[in-house]
Amino acid sequence: MATVSMTVNGKPVSGEVEGRTLLVEFLREGLGLTGTHVGCDTSQCGACVVHVNGASMKACSVFAGALEGAEVTTIEGMANPDGSLGVLQAAFREHHGLQCGFCTPGMIMSAADLLARNNDPTEAEVRHWLEGNFCRCTGYHNIVKAIMAAAAEMRGAPVAAE
Amino acid sequence: MPKDAGIGASSKRREDARFLTGTGQYTDDINRPGQLYCHFLRSDVAHGKITSLDTTAAKSAPGVVAVYTAEDLAAVGGVPCGWQVTDKHGEPMKEPKHPILAEGKVRHVGDPVVAVIAESLDQARDAAEMVALDIEDLPAAVNMADAINGGAAVHDEAPDNICFDWGFVEENKQAVDDAIASAAHVTKLELVNNRLVANPMEPRVAIGEYDRARDEHTLYTTSQNPHVIRLLMGAFVLSIPEHKLRVVAPDVGGGFGSKIYHYAEEAFVTWAATQLAKPVKWTSTRSEAFLSDAQGRDHVTTIELAMDAEHNFTALRCSTLANMGAYLSTFAPCVPTWLHGTLLAGNYKTPLIYTNVKAVFTNTAPVDAYRGAGRPEATYQLERVIDMAAREVGMDPAALRRKNFIPTDAFPYQTPVAVQYDTGDYDATLTKAMELADVAGFEARRQESAARGKLRGLGVASYIEACGIAPSSLVGALGARAGLYEAATVRVNPTGSISVFTGSHSHGQGHETTFAQVVAEMLGCDEGAVDIVHGDTSKVPFGMGTYGSRSLAVGGSAIYKSVEKIIAKAKKIAAHLLEASEADITFENGQFSVAGTDRTLAWGDVCLAAYVPHKYPIEELEPGLEETSFYDPANFTYPAGAYVAEVEVDPETGVTTVLNFTAADDFGNVVNPMIVEGQVHGGLAQGLGQALMEACVYDADGQLQSASYMDYAMPRAGDFPMFTVDHSCVTPCTHNPLGVKGCGEAGAIGSPPALVNAVLDALNKGGIAVPHIDMPLSPRRVWEAIDAARPAQAAE
Repeated sequence: MATVSMTVNGKPVSGEVEGRTLLVEFLREGLGLTGTHVGCDTSQCGACVVHVNGASMKACSVFAGALEGAEVTTIEGMANPDGSLGVLQAAFREHHGLQCGFCTPGMIMSAADLLARNNDPTEAEVRHWLEGNFCRCTGYHNIVKAIMAAAAEMRGAPVAAE
Repeated sequence: MPKDAGIGASSKRREDARFLTGTGQYTDDINRPGQLYCHFLRSDVAHGKITSLDTTAAKSAPGVVAVYTAEDLAAVGGVPCGWQVTDKHGEPMKEPKHPILAEGKVRHVGDPVVAVIAESLDQARDAAEMVALDIEDLPAAVNMADAINGGAAVHDEAPDNICFDWGFVEENKQAVDDAIASAAHVTKLELVNNRLVANPMEPRVAIGEYDRARDEHTLYTTSQNPHVIRLLMGAFVLSIPEHKLRVVAPDVGGGFGSKIYHYAEEAFVTWAATQLAKPVKWTSTRSEAFLSDAQGRDHVTTIELAMDAEHNFTALRCSTLANMGAYLSTFAPCVPTWLHGTLLAGNYKTPLIYTNVKAVFTNTAPVDAYRGAGRPEATYQLERVIDMAAREVGMDPAALRRKNFIPTDAFPYQTPVAVQYDTGDYDATLTKAMELADVAGFEARRQESAARGKLRGLGVASYIEACGIAPSSLVGALGARAGLYEAATVRVNPTGSISVFTGSHSHGQGHETTFAQVVAEMLGCDEGAVDIVHGDTSKVPFGMGTYGSRSLAVGGSAIYKSVEKIIAKAKKIAAHLLEASEADITFENGQFSVAGTDRTLAWGDVCLAAYVPHKYPIEELEPGLEETSFYDPANFTYPAGAYVAEVEVDPETGVTTVLNFTAADDFGNVVNPMIVEGQVHGGLAQGLGQALMEACVYDADGQLQSASYMDYAMPRAGDFPMFTVDHSCVTPCTHNPLGVKGCGEAGAIGSPPALVNAVLDALNKGGIAVPHIDMPLSPRRVWEAIDAARPAQAAE
C-alpha cells in the first residue's frame, strides 16, 4: 500500500492504494464518487471517462498511484457552483441525450473535452470523437444533437429551432 | 401547438437531474456496512465432468471468509423456469435442473462452479486462483443441427437435446401443406436470426443482506422486475416467504430483456448472506456478463410463402430450430413459441399458417428474450420472404405488401394464429414512411451513387408486434406460471401532493416523468406534485415489471384506474363539504364545483379533509385518500409500422453505409413524444446493430469467441446517421383507458429486415444477383456474396 494525493473536483484528497488500484476504483471505492461508472474490463466502453489534468481519460486505464499531484475532474464536478446543470449537462436534458444514465457521465466528460478543443464540431466530428463511448439506449441520435446544441450555446450562436 | 404539460407534452425528464450529476444510485454504488465480496470461479470449458474439486487452500487464503460449492447448497432449489411449453404430442417440455453452482458437470463456458467470499474483491479473486478444479472435457453440443443429430447430450433428461417439439396451429398443418403444394408460386428461404448479447451498459450486480434479529432478507439487484425475483427466488429457490424477503432494484442501467430473469448469482448472494449474517456483494465484470447473461435470438429457420396467380398470400409454413442454451432461463420457452408463432400473420391476411419449433439444448449460455423477443424473429423471416417473393415475381415489394395488408375495415381482425388485432392502419404507416424517406427521389440518388461506383439500395419492411403482455387468463392457458397484470397504488398526501407506487420498473424508459404526466393530466395538478416510486418490494404493493413494451399500456392503466378511484372518493368528500349532491359535483382542472353554481372547492381542501376529518361523512366514508388497482388487460396491444432503409454498398469492399433510416410507427396515443422518439432511436440502433455488426459466436468446442468489446461489435456513434422517426399515424388501442400500445421494442423489430432488404436491393439493382445474405451483413459477408455472384454473371 502507498499513499497518493491528488486534487479531485477542486478538493485535495489522499488515500491508501495498492499498486494495482485503478483510478476508477480509487474514485468509486476510496472517495465514494460513484458517478464514474465501470461498464467493461477492456477499456472500450467509456463509462468511466474523467478529466486528468484537463484532458479526458478512461479512469480504468490508469493506476491511481501514478497520479500523485494530478488534477482530476469527475461528473460530480461538472455542475455550476450553485448546483445548477452546466451547459452541456443541460443540453443533454433538453435534447433527451440519456435514457438509463449509465453511460452518461462518460459521455459528458468526453464531450466536454471535445468542446474544449473544438467549439464548432461537425456532426461527423462529434460521432468520430465518441468512438470510445458506448451507449446502448439512445442510438446516439440525441447525444449528438445535445453536444451540437451545447457547442452552439457555448459559442453564443443562435440555437436552431426544433 | 404542442402541449407543455400532461399527456402529449415532451416534458423533460426528472430522472436526468441525478444521472447528469453522478448522483444516481445504481446497485454497484451501494455498499452495505460490513459487506463481503463474492467472486465466482466459472467453467472454462463448454461441457465437462468435474473430477476433483479442492478448496482447502483457497479457504485459508488472506481475507477469505468462506468458499462454497454445490455440496453446500444441497438444501437450495435450482433456478426455476417461469413458462412451460407443451409439445405437439401433448408432453411437457424437458426441464432439467439449473443448479446455483454446477453439480458434477459443467454445461457452458461461464457455468459457475465455486463461490469465494472474502473481505475484499481482490482477495476473493486471488483466492479463486488457489482452487484446485479438474474438469474432464466431454464433447460439446454447440451447433443446433449437430446437437439434435447425435450430438453429446447436454442433459440426461433430453438425450436428443430437444427441449420440446412444438407445432402451431397443429390442426392447420395439413391444410397448410396442401395449400403450399397447390400454390401458383412458392418462395422458400432459409435464414439465420443471429445470436446477440443484450449488453446493457451496466453489468449485473447483486447484494444479499440478512438481519438475523428480525429474520429479514434483502436483495439489491439489477432487475427489471423486483417482485418477480422475490416470487421466483423466495418460493422456488430459497424458501423465504414474501414478508421476510425484500428485493430492491434501484437505478438500473439498461436491461433490454437481459435483466428480467432470475439469475443464480442473486440467489447465491442472498443465501450466503444468510449463512454469514453479513452483506455479500457480487459485481459482474463485462467478461462475466458475456459468459453468463442470458443471450438473445439464435434461430435457424426455413420459411415458405405461397401465393396464388394474383399474388395473394395463401399460406405460410415455418420451421425453426431455437437455441435454449445449456439451461432454461426464466422465460426462454415462451420466446420462440407464443411470442413468435402467434406473430407470423404479421400485417397480412394470410389465411393459413403453420409453424414448427424445435427448442434445442446446447453447451452455450442460456438464451432468453432480448428486445422484441420472438417478434423480431417472426418479422424478419416474414419481411425477408415477402421481399424475396416480390423479386421472384417481378413486383414492387411495397405494392406486394399493400396488396396483402389486412384492410382497415377488417378490425378487429382474428388471425389464424390465435391473436386478435384490435386496430391498425398498415397502409398509412407505409405511405408515411415512404413519403418521409422520399422514395420517389430514390432512383435519381441511386444513379448518383452508381456514377461514383457505389450501389445504392432501398428496403422497406412492415411489422406488427404483440405488446402490453397480457391477459393473465390467456397466458396461463399458454403455459405462463404467473399472472401478467400490473399493480399501482396512488396515495394522495394530506396537503395534496401525490405518491404513486408502481409495479412497473424504469431502467431508462423515463417512467418517473411519463407516469407523472398521466396523473397530472387526470388531476389537473403540476407534474412536480406527483412522485413516482418503483423498484422496491417493501414500498410497492405488487408488480410484474417491465418488458414487452408493457409499462404504459398495463402499468399506466393500473395507475389510471387508481386515479379514477381517487377522483370518485374525492367527489364524495367534496359533495359533503359543499353540501351538495354527489351527482352534481364536477372535477376539472384540479377544482371541484357544484354544477350550475359558483360554489367550488380546491383539490387541496378535499385532500386535507380526508386526513383531518373534522367535517366529514364519517358514517359513509373512511378517512384517507389512497387507492390500489390491479389492471389485467383484455388483450395484447398491437403496435405496427413501416420502416425504410437507404444504404450504399461499396462493391469493392462490401462495406455498407446506412444513409437514411425512416420509421413510421403507430403506437396509439403518445404521452411523451420526446421519450417515445428516444425509445425508437434506441431500438433502431439495436436492430441495425443486429443487421450489420453484432454476432455472438461460439467455436466448435463451445468457446465464446466474441467475449469482450474487443470482439463483439457494439454499434458506435459513427455507425449510424440521424434517424427520421414519426408517430403521427394513430389508431388508439381500443381496450386500455389510455389508448396506448407501447413503443420500446418496435425499432429493434422492424429495422433488421428493412436494412437487409435494402442491401439486397442495392446488389440486385446493381446487377449482382444475390437472393439472401445472413445477418450480420459485415463487409466480409457482403463482399463474399458479391464475389460468389460475379462469376455466374460473367458466364451468362
